[in-house]
Amino acid sequence: MDCEPVLLAHVGRPDSHTLSGYEAAGGYTTLRQTLRDATPQKIVDVVKESALRGRGGAGFPCGLKWTFLPQNHPGPIYMCINADESEPGTFNNRILMEEDPHQVLEGTILSCYATRASTAYIYLRYEYPQCLKRLQAAIDACYDAGYLGKNILGSDYSLEVTIHRGAAAYICGEETGLIESLEGKRAWPRIKPPFPAVEGLFRKPTVVNNVETVACVRHIVQRGAAWFKSIGVPPDPDNPRDIGSFGPKLYCLSGHVERPGCYEAPLGISCRELIERFGGGVWKGRRAKAAIPGGISMGLLTAAELDVPLDFVGPVKAGCLGLGTAAVVVLDETVRMVDFLHNSCRFFKHESCGQCTPCREGTDWALQMLERIRAGRGRLIDLDLLLEIGDSIGIMPGTTICGLADGAAWPIKNAIRKFRDEFEHTIRATNPHGYMATDPVPALEMHALQH
Amino acid sequence: MATDGRILTDEMVEAIRAYFPRYPTRRAVTLPALHVVHDRLRHVPLRAVVEIAELLGVAPAEIQDTLTFYGFFKQESPHGLTRAWVCRSISCALRGGEELMEHMCRRARVRPGQTTTDGKLTLEEAECLGACDFAPCVLAGETLHKNVTPDMADALLKQCGVTLRDVNTRTTSDN
Repeated sequence: MDCEPVLLAHVGRPDSHTLSGYEAAGGYTTLRQTLRDATPQKIVDVVKESALRGRGGAGFPCGLKWTFLPQNHPGPIYMCINADESEPGTFNNRILMEEDPHQVLEGTILSCYATRASTAYIYLRYEYPQCLKRLQAAIDACYDAGYLGKNILGSDYSLEVTIHRGAAAYICGEETGLIESLEGKRAWPRIKPPFPAVEGLFRKPTVVNNVETVACVRHIVQRGAAWFKSIGVPPDPDNPRDIGSFGPKLYCLSGHVERPGCYEAPLGISCRELIERFGGGVWKGRRAKAAIPGGISMGLLTAAELDVPLDFVGPVKAGCLGLGTAAVVVLDETVRMVDFLHNSCRFFKHESCGQCTPCREGTDWALQMLERIRAGRGRLIDLDLLLEIGDSIGIMPGTTICGLADGAAWPIKNAIRKFRDEFEHTIRATNPHGYMATDPVPALEMHALQH
Repeated sequence: MATDGRILTDEMVEAIRAYFPRYPTRRAVTLPALHVVHDRLRHVPLRAVVEIAELLGVAPAEIQDTLTFYGFFKQESPHGLTRAWVCRSISCALRGGEELMEHMCRRARVRPGQTTTDGKLTLEEAECLGACDFAPCVLAGETLHKNVTPDMADALLKQCGVTLRDVNTRTTSDN
């Protein structure tokens, strides 16, 4: 089902990032009406009813998360907008912040009003300098116009918003890693519980929401929960844990397609449709070999799995970790899976914060094995060792504090299980005399292989 | 450099103090303070760490702990006048990112992470820059360079004042 652009409706106009442009298109009317007519609880209720699921990667129901905040807390309550977007393949938050920062801000203010937050920090990754300029200018304009600060638009509600600039660490996208980083410390995620809603930033009740999620909030408050649920995929009646995949979604498309870009569609579009309808097809007349469904942490879909609906349920059924950031990356038939997996393992080893032994050691060993395989010293048993790492590190197997390890594990598991024949072929072909060895390889020798 | 001179100028101190009202703890100003100094000095020497700590009322070890966690901050010596981040994550790698880095390293005669001897440029490997729609890309300073071809990379290097090494004949060519 097609829908009119919602999140990208304003993007592309020359004045899209300015306050005047945003107001001319009706912006901040929703905020004005909300402050005048609606209680915070009403906003929480409509967001809960909409079944909006977080767009940052975990897909947790937003309204439900808000209800975890303690009632009648003396405060302060904090809102953190997670603008640390660092999942490989993902760039939709960048586009929203650069091209329509006021949509993000209005959504932020509404979310803060609903959760009774008095201060919002936008944790913005270092690598988005244009976003920093545009967001800061938008915030300044909001303060001047009375949309931020004390007694917003003459109401009793006051809100301060500050941009907090990151320092190139993927782990700061993890909500408690973000909180630790904001507090001025190394970004080591916290064990949950306690969850941030109970004890978060500066040990106060805190909600962390993604940029696209709060942009959705603005539209839900304006147009209602029923409208939001008219878009997307209703829950599977046979799955009691499925609350549906509602709303418009920004899908990033990159890699081996003719037209990489950020495209808006109702939740549930498939990779194939995204590639064919929006992406101009696989590039250079080639065929797709595989596709990442939602940022590299989610793993891989094979060419035969490209019709899987990209909602919160579909990728899981195909053995992927989930929808993630809905960032589709297409690999054509010339890609060697060992090169893909090496790139993935290098990323996670670099970004592992080092706090938990299974992740710190596991990501390092996984990379070393991929390096050795690529150097023509691979053995068939390495594939089993890699799978052992993949099956044992993460929140899901219960061995780490955060989900980075699960993200590191999933590409290993999907790539080797779905492309085992190719991996075995590569190893046999590049190490014809040693692929059968099973003796442990001395660590010193492995390190010697690295520059 | 004077042995008893401060590293943090008055302007830097004021810039750091400007953050104080926006956070309930001084410690939360650690990252903003590190950025203030790093933006201006292109590194955060140990003496600056001590001065930041004094300003924030925390132990120098706490600032150093945070600084060293983020590989982003330089400490030993300043990075080049331009710090160019070349993305090496999957979407850029699929569209020539690794070859681009190799090309730029050859032209500038540095390895990833190194600074040219004239101090003009540091070439860094970046993880996903979030510009996959324009892969392969390079973030040089505050400018994002999109769909970078080898010729565009050469132009960028020249813009940074780097003397290019001619790839084919292995002689140095002037701009």
